[in-house]
Amino acid sequence: MSLFIAALLSGILAGGVYALMASGLTLIFGVLGIVNVAQGILVVLGAYLSYALEQHFHIDIFLSLLITMPAMFLLGIGIEWAFVRRLKHTQMRIMLSVLVMFAVALVIEGLLNIVFTPDQVSLHAPYIDATFSIAGFYLPYVQVFAFLLSAVLLLALYVLVYHTRFGESLRASMQNRTAAALIGIDVEKVSMITFGIGVALTAAGGVAYGATTVFNAASSYDLISRLLVIIVLGGMGSLRGTFFASLIMLVISDLAAVKWGPQWSSTVFFVLLVVLLVFRPQGLFGKLEGRSQ
Amino acid sequence: MNNKVKYGGLLAFLILLLSLPLFFSDPTFFSIAIFTLLYASSVIGWNIFSGYTGYVSLGYTAFTGLGGYTLAMICDHWQISGGYIPFLLVPVAGLVAAIFALPMGWVALRTRRVTFVVVTIALFFILQSLALNLSDFTGGSSGILFPASEWTGDFYNMPYYYVSLALLVVAVIIAWWIRNSKYGLGLLAIRDDEDRASGLGVKTWAFKLSAFVISAFLGGMTGAVMAYYSGTIFPVSAFDTSLNVAVALMAFLGGVGTLGGPVLGAFLLEPLQEYLTIQYGSSSLNLVILGALLLAVILVMPEGIFVTLPKLWQKRNTAHLVSTTLPLAEQEKVAFVEGNAGESK
Amino acid sequence: MSILLEANNVSKAYGGIQALDGCSIAVEQGTIAGLIGPNGSGKTTLFNVITGYERVDSGEVRFDDAIITNQKPEKVFQLGIGRTFQLARIFPRLTVMENMHVAKQRKGAAGLFSRWSSSHEQRQALELLDFVGITDLKDMPAGNLSYGQKKLLEFAFILIAEPRVILLDEPAGGVNPTLINHLADRIKTLNGQGITFLIVEHDMEFVMSICDKVTVLHRGETIAAGTAEEVQKNSLVLEAYLGD
Repeated sequence: MSLFIAALLSGILAGGVYALMASGLTLIFGVLGIVNVAQGILVVLGAYLSYALEQHFHIDIFLSLLITMPAMFLLGIGIEWAFVRRLKHTQMRIMLSVLVMFAVALVIEGLLNIVFTPDQVSLHAPYIDATFSIAGFYLPYVQVFAFLLSAVLLLALYVLVYHTRFGESLRASMQNRTAAALIGIDVEKVSMITFGIGVALTAAGGVAYGATTVFNAASSYDLISRLLVIIVLGGMGSLRGTFFASLIMLVISDLAAVKWGPQWSSTVFFVLLVVLLVFRPQGLFGKLEGRSQ
Repeated sequence: MNNKVKYGGLLAFLILLLSLPLFFSDPTFFSIAIFTLLYASSVIGWNIFSGYTGYVSLGYTAFTGLGGYTLAMICDHWQISGGYIPFLLVPVAGLVAAIFALPMGWVALRTRRVTFVVVTIALFFILQSLALNLSDFTGGSSGILFPASEWTGDFYNMPYYYVSLALLVVAVIIAWWIRNSKYGLGLLAIRDDEDRASGLGVKTWAFKLSAFVISAFLGGMTGAVMAYYSGTIFPVSAFDTSLNVAVALMAFLGGVGTLGGPVLGAFLLEPLQEYLTIQYGSSSLNLVILGALLLAVILVMPEGIFVTLPKLWQKRNTAHLVSTTLPLAEQEKVAFVEGNAGESK
Repeated sequence: MSILLEANNVSKAYGGIQALDGCSIAVEQGTIAGLIGPNGSGKTTLFNVITGYERVDSGEVRFDDAIITNQKPEKVFQLGIGRTFQLARIFPRLTVMENMHVAKQRKGAAGLFSRWSSSHEQRQALELLDFVGITDLKDMPAGNLSYGQKKLLEFAFILIAEPRVILLDEPAGGVNPTLINHLADRIKTLNGQGITFLIVEHDMEFVMSICDKVTVLHRGETIAAGTAEEVQKNSLVLEAYLGD
């Protein structure tokens, strides 16, 4: 029983981290209409950047975010401007965006492998390599810190999206691109900034992820698959949905790992998605749109 | 394009492929050739569903993997000897993949296009992990060995080469048959405007599901031959993540939804991929180059070679016909004439 | 003159907006009926509801006295009711000829794998393309057609299914005057052959010139119905158009 509760707790903690990573993905889809399949490798890139800063300059991994987040934000804007913007709004757009982002991911993956070698690494900070106990359960500090980081940033994101002018423009663009443009919103600029934010979030996600798992460039595949499943489950474009879906998915897969062994945890993840889609093709919070896309 | 020229060219190409072994004997060359032919067949298979209906799948390897494992498990279970006999079982592998495709398609096709992509990825991963975890059936991570054949030396590649070629011919015939039927037209209509097609009486559900199954059938067969050629099958090789994207890429490069596009894409990309691997090892430089190349192609020619080149050619030929200084009525008349230039398929 | 197509007391709301509010219309067999009204009066919604693209909240739709309320679009099409859209919905990546063939679905599985153009079908398609005047463009991808040409194509492929009644949603919208007259001629010819029409239009000249009877919608309700002259003089109608 206690194993289950431990799994529940770790699932929630991990869920927060995944929610952070997936939020960028769902926002990007909502505003730009594209599926950023490079999100996985970008998280890994963020992790590696913090790793490098820690190794060479001894900068604390959480503080390194002050450098890596702006850097990744700029990278995101750069990618949007250079590649995403070129994709015309034709019917093929979504598919082409997947291929383009995949190509970008390949390039980044290759570069990371060259620079950092395929050896697996992990992010460390001396003050968190310990566990503390609460009500008889041992929780690694690392997981808790990662969760707190995620929670703080998700809260900041929520405030940004729902309580600022920019957030208004963002939500308007998400709901109806043409209408938003008609009322004077610079949709292109909003798209660019949203993409930048989505990528900046991966820097933080990278720290959270890298601190709680060993990783290398190849980890991005499993990561992006899970992230995609989460945003589909939550309903694409829905921040709320992403949050709940992350928690649900991680808790259930951790519980499954306890019950049937860790090798099944990923499988359960995907099976859950498939099962849900049979009953609710639009995900938890998605909209059931017509299929004339 | 003149039909006689088209068919003549195809025939010549086929004869060339058939007689290739007379001119070359280098085993590496044939290894690349075999994979190119098999890739071409899979891309055609992928294109029959994803290219024609526009529902892009990034989990096609689920079917090639299913085919590979089916063949391996049959040979293993019934102690089939190596050599020519396993080839006879290849259609069975295809059939099994097709049967699996029914429930898979039934689930996946309930979703809209974007979600569909993710579902195909999910289904792919489920199969991969089943292959890994149901080790009693599948041999787990160490996989299954195919029975050894007695062919040696230079001859070893030949049976595989000709079977792959035969498979490609079958794939092309199926694709051609579909493209020129009402069925294929319905699929393309679904791609352009599914609701409109449905409103006009096209049975969209049946069309999509059947195309999905046919596509899986081809995938199963190609996967079986691929696996047999490799001699062994294990989860990561059978359910290869990069293959999922490779087939989509090759189709896009050549021209999605066309007849020749998939073949062109495969014939261009696969040898390139192999060459890069040989030159630089399966290292990361490989990935960087491939990725950069992909980016360039997608941004410059998003509709693929088969579609973009004829368009450019047409633009050149008709650019001088319409002048912006003509009065509107005259322009309309000219536009009617310009329409006769037509488009090659 | 019997009523071929009718909608009785149909209501439909979207969220808080009542698009149709107890709306009724009756189209007599063999006539060309017009449906007009200010923007937002519910004309396209009524079309959608009649042809099954939208469900009604209440009310009924009858075709040839049989109830067809809430039937799916393909069923409605099969019964003999064809319909065009404001923004012509054709298949852009298929050629004009191929577009024609999609609309001619053969019954049962027998037709599925055979070659897609039997000579009878091909002749019929060519005749129709000729009829609307775009035969020269038959091998052109439909996406390359001009806006007016697309509308003609849509009209043609609706015809290939040999419908008994055709609903046209703003056929003259955005089309140059020469083509509009051309279209009006074609409609009259077809009407002479027995096809009933229901046309939504803003172009008053067009409506007055070919419609036998006109129904006026305003805010989801029918406010007038009669001949074109009668309707033009109706004070309610004038108010509706001017008042908004």
